[in-house]
Amino acid sequence: MPTPLPGARPAPRAVRSPWADRLFAGLALAAAWLTLALLAGIIGSLVVGAAPAIREYGLGFLTSSEWDPVQDRYGGLVMIYGTLATSLIALLIAVPVSFGIALFLTEMSPGWLKRPLGTAVELLAAVPSIVYGMWGLMVFGPILARFVQLPLQSLFDGIPVLGALVSGPPVGIGILSAGIILSIMIIPFIASVMRDVFEVTPPLLKESAYGLGATTWEVVRSVVLPYTKAGVVGGIMLGLGRALGETMAVTFVIGNMNQLNSLSLFEAANSITSALANEFAEAGEGLHQASLIYLGLVLFFITFVVLALSKLLLAQLRKGEGAAA
Amino acid sequence: MSFTSLDAGRMRQHRRRKAVNAVALSLALAAMAFGMFWLVWILWETVRLGLGGLSLMVFTEMTPPPMADVGGLANAIFGSLAMVTLATLAGTPVGIMAGIYLAEYGRDNALGRTTQFINDILLSAPSIVIGLFIYAAVVAPSKSFSGLAGSLALALIVIPVVIRTTENMLSLIPNALREAAYALGTPKWKVILSITLRAARSGVITGILLAVARISGETAPLLFTALSNQFWTSSLTEPMASLPVTIFKFAMSPYENWQKLAWAGVFLITLGVLLLNIVARVFFRNKH
Repeated sequence: MPTPLPGARPAPRAVRSPWADRLFAGLALAAAWLTLALLAGIIGSLVVGAAPAIREYGLGFLTSSEWDPVQDRYGGLVMIYGTLATSLIALLIAVPVSFGIALFLTEMSPGWLKRPLGTAVELLAAVPSIVYGMWGLMVFGPILARFVQLPLQSLFDGIPVLGALVSGPPVGIGILSAGIILSIMIIPFIASVMRDVFEVTPPLLKESAYGLGATTWEVVRSVVLPYTKAGVVGGIMLGLGRALGETMAVTFVIGNMNQLNSLSLFEAANSITSALANEFAEAGEGLHQASLIYLGLVLFFITFVVLALSKLLLAQLRKGEGAAA
Repeated sequence: MSFTSLDAGRMRQHRRRKAVNAVALSLALAAMAFGMFWLVWILWETVRLGLGGLSLMVFTEMTPPPMADVGGLANAIFGSLAMVTLATLAGTPVGIMAGIYLAEYGRDNALGRTTQFINDILLSAPSIVIGLFIYAAVVAPSKSFSGLAGSLALALIVIPVVIRTTENMLSLIPNALREAAYALGTPKWKVILSITLRAARSGVITGILLAVARISGETAPLLFTALSNQFWTSSLTEPMASLPVTIFKFAMSPYENWQKLAWAGVFLITLGVLLLNIVARVFFRNKH
């Protein structure tokens, strides 16, 4: 602060006292801390709630497939398997389709169609998951059973591995249905991220390739994809995070049966989220509740890692973009 | 080597490249059609079966017992409206303030960067885990499921959505605008409230609308916070019915009247959520 010259008049005091400024900044800071506290609260409450089950089973909980509320013995393998298997099926379907949609929207679609189609994809992402679940149970399941499962079973009957994969009751409920519904749910998420990252490719790069005579596909494969690969993987991880944590769409169609006797994709199974949705409100306090919270903790841990990776990869693309500019 | 054979080789390669390109682009077109196919099919079934279950009774009668002749979703619709309103009122100010912090105060400090990172994760975190958190924090200590707990769970989903859009929108405001206001001697809080936030208003409102759309369809965080209720209640300390949870319960049942009501509910929710999304988009586009 400059010392006032002797004899000069003191600088006029600021008209407004800074208390309003400090109050406002304090409120904003508190809100930001609240967000961090929220995360800490979630992790803390899950760990505390799961503590009895963690003490009782330790990490063995993750590899035991016994889930028996009557005898009060719990293991999470069935649900963890269900969550991973359905998400894997969802990714297998959703990734190529989303890539195709993003390719169509960025390179092929006529200008006047881009916006309505992009909006339609985003609306598909906004439809609440309970709608997908209800539709999957009432409309899609029966059709899947009749036109896909029955023919597949008669086709693969007696063939060792394939036959086992499609055994079980063809009722349109189980791991396969849940995976398909999940894939429909996450396609819009992945497709819109992929479209956005494809659009950050500098037009100069693409036009140079086109100028050399490259076809659209060659431009996408050799220019767009290498340039955006971190972002593409980030988008896929984002979709995976959604699939892992999705509750309603899975709960409706997975069948909610705690079994791991067969690896059949048609068999009813269970996932972490659907076990929580179905059992938690009725679970008595004690080991049953603690085991369910333990499952929730495992789910939160997996999704946290996946989403953090996704965020880092997308940030990496943005950094590269800044360096190139 | 003659020119003709060289040309023939090039022509062959050219044809192959064209063919690969055609196959790839057809597959992309097929993928787009595949995506649209599901959207149209789901909306079509929702409208068809939803309109079939819809009647005036849906809005005036309480949720019925199984196999009853009369019955509606009045208490569930009210519960949903009440909890969504409360959650939006509670979550929006926190979200906007945190968004302001990220855009105006914490641009270059560790707290700002960490909060932004964590917020993006909370944005996609499984909503059922939020339900577990509120169960542990509110329901278990008070020993009762309640509408208040349900509203709180939904509010925690509103916050990250609003933070994200507020921060994005504030970041788009050119610095010259802020500097012009500072040059007039305006204090920072007033610059933010009357200049930047005002300039970003339409974007922030769009974010709030999208947050409302998101929580209107959320089921998982309500399952063990608000639970459900067969009767009309406006007390926030009692279990409260909501549309999504009622749909879940009714759809999984074997009773025909319940399933019909579930479809009517699904129709109402889809209509509401899509309308909110479209309004948010149109609103945002008109302002920009």
